[in-house]
Amino acid sequence: MTASDAIAVTRALDAVLRQDRGRLLAALIARLRDFQLAEDALQEAAVSALSHWARVGLPSSPQGWLLRVALRKAIDRIRAGQRDGRKAADLARLAVDEADETPPEDIPDERLRLIFTCCHPALDPKSRVALTLRTIAGLTTPEIARAFLDAEPTMGQRLSRAKAKIAAARIPFAVPGPEDWPDRLQSVLAVLYLIYNAGYTTGPLADRDLCAEALFLARLLTQLRPAEAEIEGCLALLLLTQSRAGARIGPDGATLPLLEQDRDLWDKAAIAEGLALIDTAMARRAPGPYQIKAAIAACHIAVPCPDWPQIAALYTRLLDFEPTPVIRLNRAVALAEAGHLAQALTVLSDLAEALEDYQPFHAAQADLLARAGQGQAARAAYDRAIALAASPSDAAFLIKRRDNRPI
Amino acid sequence: MQYMLLIYGAPEAEPAYGTPEIATMMAGYGALSERMKADGTLRGGEGLQGVETATSLRIRNGKVETMDGPFATTKEHLGGYYIVDVPDLDAALKYAAMVPSALYGTVEVRPLMDYNPAGN
Repeated sequence: MTASDAIAVTRALDAVLRQDRGRLLAALIARLRDFQLAEDALQEAAVSALSHWARVGLPSSPQGWLLRVALRKAIDRIRAGQRDGRKAADLARLAVDEADETPPEDIPDERLRLIFTCCHPALDPKSRVALTLRTIAGLTTPEIARAFLDAEPTMGQRLSRAKAKIAAARIPFAVPGPEDWPDRLQSVLAVLYLIYNAGYTTGPLADRDLCAEALFLARLLTQLRPAEAEIEGCLALLLLTQSRAGARIGPDGATLPLLEQDRDLWDKAAIAEGLALIDTAMARRAPGPYQIKAAIAACHIAVPCPDWPQIAALYTRLLDFEPTPVIRLNRAVALAEAGHLAQALTVLSDLAEALEDYQPFHAAQADLLARAGQGQAARAAYDRAIALAASPSDAAFLIKRRDNRPI
Repeated sequence: MQYMLLIYGAPEAEPAYGTPEIATMMAGYGALSERMKADGTLRGGEGLQGVETATSLRIRNGKVETMDGPFATTKEHLGGYYIVDVPDLDAALKYAAMVPSALYGTVEVRPLMDYNPAGN
């Protein structure tokens, strides 16, 4: 075999795994009911593929080949170790699957079940995020560790513990029934949002862009479960937020507030898609928090300026779903922008204790106090916000504000 | 798969005797018990007397040490348990959500050790 053959095979395998790892893994877990066994078997199959494909050429269906070989590897492991004491009948059933020459387009897509398992509320929230990135989006453990500024062994242990709990506590590999669907879907969407936010905060420094992964997962959900208003709302929210990604940092490295951003840098296609999705979702008459948040994002980019009264009204509606201090804070900011500064400041003073360590609270308070002419209090709030800023860009923006304002 | 539902609560957080709340709570326990029996999932369950009746014991250096009180001095005490036999964690969590004390305390759901996973 020449070096170029070897490289070609490696490339082909990489492409298949990048594209279809989640789908293959889901199909394997559906049959094996064991995350770790499925992952190990797929890994072994990938290693076999390299030598086998180099010898005889690419199979007509690389996905089908990998699935079949992974099943055979898993059966070997079960037989060798009887690791979970499976009955002979189980092994026989798996052997039938293994012999089955299913064309790849007929491999049932089990990823929706896999997503709901990974995002099960019985798992710790951070583990849900990590497991979803590992199994569905196909990130490696080192990539996930870097994205969350964790040591690699720590992230590895987190993933192992989560997989072990799924097996030991028998967290079902299933799409929840109608009774549990709304709550469980919110749990899945929260994971997507956390992934997006992690990418937004760290920026494209990590080798895998988590914002893009979150968008991929949201799109995947809309395909796996079409006509679901909240999924459409979530995708719309991510698209509208992402549309401004290219414009949110100024030439001096400081975060730019929306009104100072160069609109020509906004992604028009993403905005159009996001707005259309909101319309589609709203027409389903099944309101939910993600649709409301998407609508708020749409109002923020309204021409010629944000529609603050409408934003305040939407936050009031959002409080029905999420009665949290953060939503109250956002509502107060919208009220101030809509001209009710005194009312907003009253709300903020009620929230001071609950949001003591929340950076956006201090940034908002600083801004509103400065507008109300309370210079000294505003300066103190700016200092606190700068100390708590999550990124250098945010800190730079706040320092600029603090020092340039006539306070 | 068998799960134990461990019911923890702070006695002072639970409704007092003679209140309408306690009547609702007792009715809730009755309904849960009936439901589990009707489903054929109930394998066991008891309520425990208060922690003031508890005695803890350990052996150190070959010597039995006996102490008054529960294993851990926490505000919330283990007050009782159920054992249910259900297909998966979701089914066990459904019953846990029906335990009336979940309104005042916490229900911990733990799978029982399975000594014969092959089922033969």
